[in-house]
Amino acid sequence: MYLRSNDRPGPRLALRVAVLSGVAVALFGVLFFRLWDLQVLSGAEYLAEAKNNRTREFKVIAPRGDILDRDGNVLVDNRTSLALQLNTQKLPQDPAEERSELTRLGRLVHMPLRKVRRTIKEGEEVAAGAPVTLRKDVGYDLVYYLEENQRAFPGVAVQRVFVRAYPDATRAAHVVGSVGEISEEELKEPAYKGLEPGDEVGKGGVETTYDRYLRGEPGQTKIQVNALGQPTPGGQLVSQPPIPGDNLKLTIDPDVQSAGESALASFGLPGAFVTMDVRDGQILGMGSSPTFDPTVLATPMTQSQVNELYRDPVSAPLTNRASESYYPVGSTFKIITALAALEGGEITLTEPIYDNGSIMVGTQEFQNAGGVSFGPVDMVSALQVSSDVYFYTLGWKMWETNQLQSWAGKLGIGKESGLDIPGETGTESLVPSKEWRDQLFSEGETDRPWSAGDNVQLAIGQGDLQTNPLQMAIAYSALANDGTIVTPHVGMEVEDAAGRVLKEFDPPPRRKIKIDPAYRAAILEGLHQAAQAPGGTSYGVFGGFPIEVAGKTGTVERPGHGDQSWYAVVAPYPNPRIVTIVTVEEGGFGAEAAAPAALQILEAYFHKQATETGAANGGSPG
Amino acid sequence: MYATRARRARPEPFAVRIGIGERLGLAHMDWPLTIAAVALAAFSVFTLGQATVDDIPGSPRYFVDRQAIYCVLGLIGMALLARIDYSRFRELRVGIYTFLCVSISLVFVFGFAAKGSRRAFDLPFFSFQPSELGKLLLVLALAGFVIDGARRGSARQRTLRYLCLGLAPAALVFLQPDLGTSLVFVVATLAVMYFGGVPWTHFAVIGATLVALIALVLFAAPSVGVPVLKGYQEERLTSFLAPGEHASGAGYQQNQSVVAIGSGQKTGRGDRATQTRLDFVPERHTDFIFAVIGERYGFMGAAFVLSLYALLFWRALKIVTLSKNSYGTLVAGGIAVSLLFQVFVNVGMNLGIMPITGIPLPLMSYGGSSVLATFLAVGVLQSINIQARLAQKGRFAW
Repeated sequence: MYLRSNDRPGPRLALRVAVLSGVAVALFGVLFFRLWDLQVLSGAEYLAEAKNNRTREFKVIAPRGDILDRDGNVLVDNRTSLALQLNTQKLPQDPAEERSELTRLGRLVHMPLRKVRRTIKEGEEVAAGAPVTLRKDVGYDLVYYLEENQRAFPGVAVQRVFVRAYPDATRAAHVVGSVGEISEEELKEPAYKGLEPGDEVGKGGVETTYDRYLRGEPGQTKIQVNALGQPTPGGQLVSQPPIPGDNLKLTIDPDVQSAGESALASFGLPGAFVTMDVRDGQILGMGSSPTFDPTVLATPMTQSQVNELYRDPVSAPLTNRASESYYPVGSTFKIITALAALEGGEITLTEPIYDNGSIMVGTQEFQNAGGVSFGPVDMVSALQVSSDVYFYTLGWKMWETNQLQSWAGKLGIGKESGLDIPGETGTESLVPSKEWRDQLFSEGETDRPWSAGDNVQLAIGQGDLQTNPLQMAIAYSALANDGTIVTPHVGMEVEDAAGRVLKEFDPPPRRKIKIDPAYRAAILEGLHQAAQAPGGTSYGVFGGFPIEVAGKTGTVERPGHGDQSWYAVVAPYPNPRIVTIVTVEEGGFGAEAAAPAALQILEAYFHKQATETGAANGGSPG
Repeated sequence: MYATRARRARPEPFAVRIGIGERLGLAHMDWPLTIAAVALAAFSVFTLGQATVDDIPGSPRYFVDRQAIYCVLGLIGMALLARIDYSRFRELRVGIYTFLCVSISLVFVFGFAAKGSRRAFDLPFFSFQPSELGKLLLVLALAGFVIDGARRGSARQRTLRYLCLGLAPAALVFLQPDLGTSLVFVVATLAVMYFGGVPWTHFAVIGATLVALIALVLFAAPSVGVPVLKGYQEERLTSFLAPGEHASGAGYQQNQSVVAIGSGQKTGRGDRATQTRLDFVPERHTDFIFAVIGERYGFMGAAFVLSLYALLFWRALKIVTLSKNSYGTLVAGGIAVSLLFQVFVNVGMNLGIMPITGIPLPLMSYGGSSVLATFLAVGVLQSINIQARLAQKGRFAW
């Protein structure tokens, strides 16, 4: 034993000290070597990693361009709003605490825990580490509450974002559409190349069609962050400002639009109107009732709002009835029957047909509405009084020739119009034909093949016909403009923020068709008589209107429903500039609902024209 | 009056003249040891002054000022302890040992909890962590027991006795829970036994038992459903084996620390440091201060600090051999090895080659208890050195 308390230690101690020294040399050697390895041999790599560590790139959202009407009034712009964001890295580590916080947070923003977690998961997939937007457009009271209770909600932050604003609420809602987060399917489309999940794109209306002009380009900010991903003071490294979207000016005329909307609203019935420039297809007004406030789509919806907008198949407020709903159009179709018969030589302008109130086609009797008898009528008077028998006869004459169907197609009925608002589905539109019904019959889908009665029905716009106000507007335009099938459009021009025009939209006509000027003149005259000559079907509505017009009523019988009211009018007669089509479901006779609505629209249009012309002429209207 | 004055003024012919330096023991201090300790403490204050400016908003000097005060207090404590003959502690071994165990136990009753563990008393100006001072106290007491019991019982009985004496406080600390410090206690115990002449064969058995125990704690016990370590402890201990797998979990801190040190390269990034300035490296003023040094001052700074520790350890080992008695040898050996262990584990942890155990870097890491305890330990080393020098000269001071 070498231990003697007051003695100097002996050689055995020296051994132990030597062993320990060796161990110490080895340990220090390991540390030095490792230090050398990290700092000198691989320092550059670690330096790069450290630099990458401290910077984070944030996308700066570009505000979307405004949408204006043709006079430059704002239909859609942006407001800044507050979005609730969650920095997931700052959530409590403990699963129970995290769950508790997310539950409490979810309760504040009316989201169940499951939805909160899903939102976070989706956000993480898009950009791991970046804050996840939990809910947009939260109120200030909620923000204040969160700020006062910050400790209870670690990782929760409030961010300013742009939200679409609609100063006139429902104004032209179906035209402008709404915006929303880009979907997975949209991301794959070439039109949305370069966009990232979470980006906002148009969802319906011109927001979709002209998305690439409205969208703008996001900017980028590179900032220095700490380990929690929080920006450090003065740590902004690079900043590339966003490029705001360009403004879109629509062809929509505010006076026409508001007149049409208020006329429709006054009935409280589903319906639609479209007013178009017959010369170039510019849509001056387009509306559908019931309508909706796009603001509701821009903000989180309550379940009752969702039900109202999406779940009600009858009122279907999101549907644009002017271009997305399909109906028979009643007597407004007669101009097509007239053109087909005249051009096909089935009748001349002056050849009379005796209207005794009804006609027997085979075993089936077809009557005039109300059973009235007009006696002998020619083309002009048949249109003026809307003699069904006259057109029944024409339809009967053409039942085997496909003449009527061919002319309907030439005029754009049953065809996609090319309107720059998505939602049109060509497949739902239908001009019934022999080919169509025989095909169905051979497949056993219907109980009988094509018959003369089918064509007789079509001749007055009843039966299986499925078309819509927009297609009718195109057909009436073609009559009014001497055969040009226009491309209807609401986009007029793209302007930058300073108002400079960057691009104009003037889509070329779909095609030209040849219409005999005499036939055109006669049909227009018939319509003019119908509207403004005593005895005309809408004389009671348009008789006192100072501008000469040419208009046709239509009444569709719908089994189980009230009659659907239609009115189609071109003005001014005889060289029309605009066409207006109005329909009111269950509105009764054409002259009862649709015609007065059309009158309001025309009044608004011509009043404005007069004011503008008056102003141009030095304020002295003759 | 005049006569008295004249007598006093005349030098005493036979009296040995003792200067102020000698009075303070300065002449016989081990100067390289002192310089290493003071340099490390100064470097700590310097580093904290640069790295913790933004840590506490509104008081940029919070950590620096406190650390500076602890260092000054520590220096005073070192100087005082250096003057005392350490051999007195051998006589006080039972009292020291009792105080050690009681103070650690009291933490369970009166201590305040921080990050899930009760380790310290909250005093008005500073939180005192008994287990830090305990490292020194354990060495002082255990060395006494070893010397005292050197002739009692068989070698095996003695070994078992030392082990029990050392492991009892280690177990208390482990229960706080403070895994790192309890490991220091175990290592200090083994070091004292090593210099106490415990046979190599016994160490071999102890080593084998230790390996078996680790296997049991980390792998066998959890697999049968008896977790000994807390989840985070186990994760920390094992994650360093594969830090990439835990890039954002337990291995995250260590990975960030490695990146920080690596990014310092040869000369350091100074104030452009980001890893340790922007919170990527946690606990940067305490356990991960070496990463701060590595990033800010590069290989030059980090190697300088390591060299100071090498110097410190070399001098401590020198004092082991110089000691005038075996008690001094054991005490110096225990202190030297526990310092070496702490430095290696802490720096190794910063460099990503040792697990995260929460052992502070002596004299560098911010913390009053650790700084004071380390300076006091250095003071004891100085005392051993001074006593040895005086003994060589045939004189005993006080």
